[in-house]
Amino acid sequence: MLQYLEAEVLASHQLGQDVYLLRLHAPLIAEAAQPGQFVHVRCSETFDPLLRRPLSIHDAGNKGELTLLYQVKGRGTAWLALQQPGQKINILGPLGRGFTLPQNKRLALVAGGMGMVPLLFLARRALEAGNEVDFFYGTRDREQLYQLETLKAMQVNLFLATDDGSAGFQGPVTKLWEKYIPERSYDRGYACGPRQALAAFARLSGKFSLPAEVSLEERMACGLGACRGCVTALLDAQGKIYYENVCTGGPVFDAATVYWGDQVKWNKL
Amino acid sequence: MEQTVKAPKVNLAVQLAGLTLQNPIMPASGTFGFGEEYAPFIDLNRLGALVVKTITLHPTPGNPPPRLMESYCGLLNSVGLQNPGLEVFLREKLPYLRQYRPPLIVSIAGRTMEEYAELATRLSEAKGIAALEVNISCPNVKEGGIVFGTVPAMAARVTAIVKEHTHLPVIVKLTPNVTDITAIARAVEDAGAGAIALINTLQGMAIDIEKRRPALANIVGGLSGPAIKPVALYAVWRVARAVKVPVIGMGGIMTARDAIEFLLAGASAVAVGTATLVNPGAIMEIIAGLENYLTEQGLEDVRELIGALQT
Repeated sequence: MLQYLEAEVLASHQLGQDVYLLRLHAPLIAEAAQPGQFVHVRCSETFDPLLRRPLSIHDAGNKGELTLLYQVKGRGTAWLALQQPGQKINILGPLGRGFTLPQNKRLALVAGGMGMVPLLFLARRALEAGNEVDFFYGTRDREQLYQLETLKAMQVNLFLATDDGSAGFQGPVTKLWEKYIPERSYDRGYACGPRQALAAFARLSGKFSLPAEVSLEERMACGLGACRGCVTALLDAQGKIYYENVCTGGPVFDAATVYWGDQVKWNKL
Repeated sequence: MEQTVKAPKVNLAVQLAGLTLQNPIMPASGTFGFGEEYAPFIDLNRLGALVVKTITLHPTPGNPPPRLMESYCGLLNSVGLQNPGLEVFLREKLPYLRQYRPPLIVSIAGRTMEEYAELATRLSEAKGIAALEVNISCPNVKEGGIVFGTVPAMAARVTAIVKEHTHLPVIVKLTPNVTDITAIARAVEDAGAGAIALINTLQGMAIDIEKRRPALANIVGGLSGPAIKPVALYAVWRVARAVKVPVIGMGGIMTARDAIEFLLAGASAVAVGTATLVNPGAIMEIIAGLENYLTEQGLEDVRELIGALQT
């Protein structure tokens, strides 16, 4: 059930430049959380910065622990990175529609950069449900590959890609994934990452007729479906564009329903 | 020490355009969805009134994303009145809203005078609606909206047409993006407005310097939040002195203190908008804070605050 509470900071670890792992004590949210859902975090004690920041749930443990992993992008996340153990953070969640979680299937999880954040939680729950998980993880270089030890310990089949070739395959993670699609005959694909990578993922899953889901990101205000600020463009059955809330209609969407055109074109519709 | 005499409960109720509000705090249209989104957090029965998102005659798809950009102490939005339209509102939203006791205020916007007339007619036939709020101030739509709100004669015509087609009290919501907001306020008062709500958002923009593109796909948006409060307060103070009908004040109200400032400036009631997006319980905290303030000040009735500013 949706909670609105003060969560205590258990620890905040800097994992890399501008990337932080935040462990919170939030049993009610941790118990209810499904992979792909997010929490809406108040990142200020004043009204500046004003809005909450939507952060994907990175992990939810059995000791009431809720883990977030985020990159400092602006003043809100910069404030969050300064919070120390013992301090309380106001959070709202779990929010949104998460990933479909099948049982005893073979799944492909494709993460681009910080898109790894919700997919680690999905991998954990997918493995618990008896699925086999191929985890494709691509970043700019090896320095940006976070949580490798955790992923390895979870016993996913891990496939790495970097733009500069400093770890794993050199090139986009979707190119690496493409090579495995025919032989691995997946039952379902999942992706999170930059929009361009998601578009490539959606093209490939369409080509191989693979049911596929993507987690999208938009600037967000209420997080509850009231303000209609965080919409994304989807295609209806007739191929016509309409706008759906990312906060309540998503953030996870069927990849085949997302309109992947660029924003300039949207202006002209 | 045991308290034997209970402090007299303060009166928070106000009268407004023939409506009785149990307290002067209501949500601002567009920030509260159709109420149900906030039901998990607050008891909607405790609101002064229920104000729903603006509805249009036909479904409105809204503007392309991105629709939001935060600014210092503020929020720019270009939602563009996205709503499912009158039919869906009547069929799917109204039955839910009717179960609540506070007066239901339905915000409407038309692209033409005929659309305002039809919306007024149809909503007046429906059960459970206490008043209409005429939105002539949305900065984010190309047709209608703000076009009707910036010229006094046009604002008066829309007001008169809605009045002709309804028995319900008519509240007109004004834009601050005008030379003299009191001229518009007087025009809609003369045309029969039962109350005046202000301010809607201030027009603004933001630029992404990496992409060298507007931060909003719509280029222009409406600014809300604490950043606009002084502007809103001044507009409310001026309009409250210029008209006889009650004023509903809004614009950046985040706390009970903010709400009290608007009451002192002459608002008979206030609306809370952006604050709810940040804190879903904001309205309840403001109602409680207002009650505490009255008790602390030794006042028994919130109406003693309205327009009590000493200059």
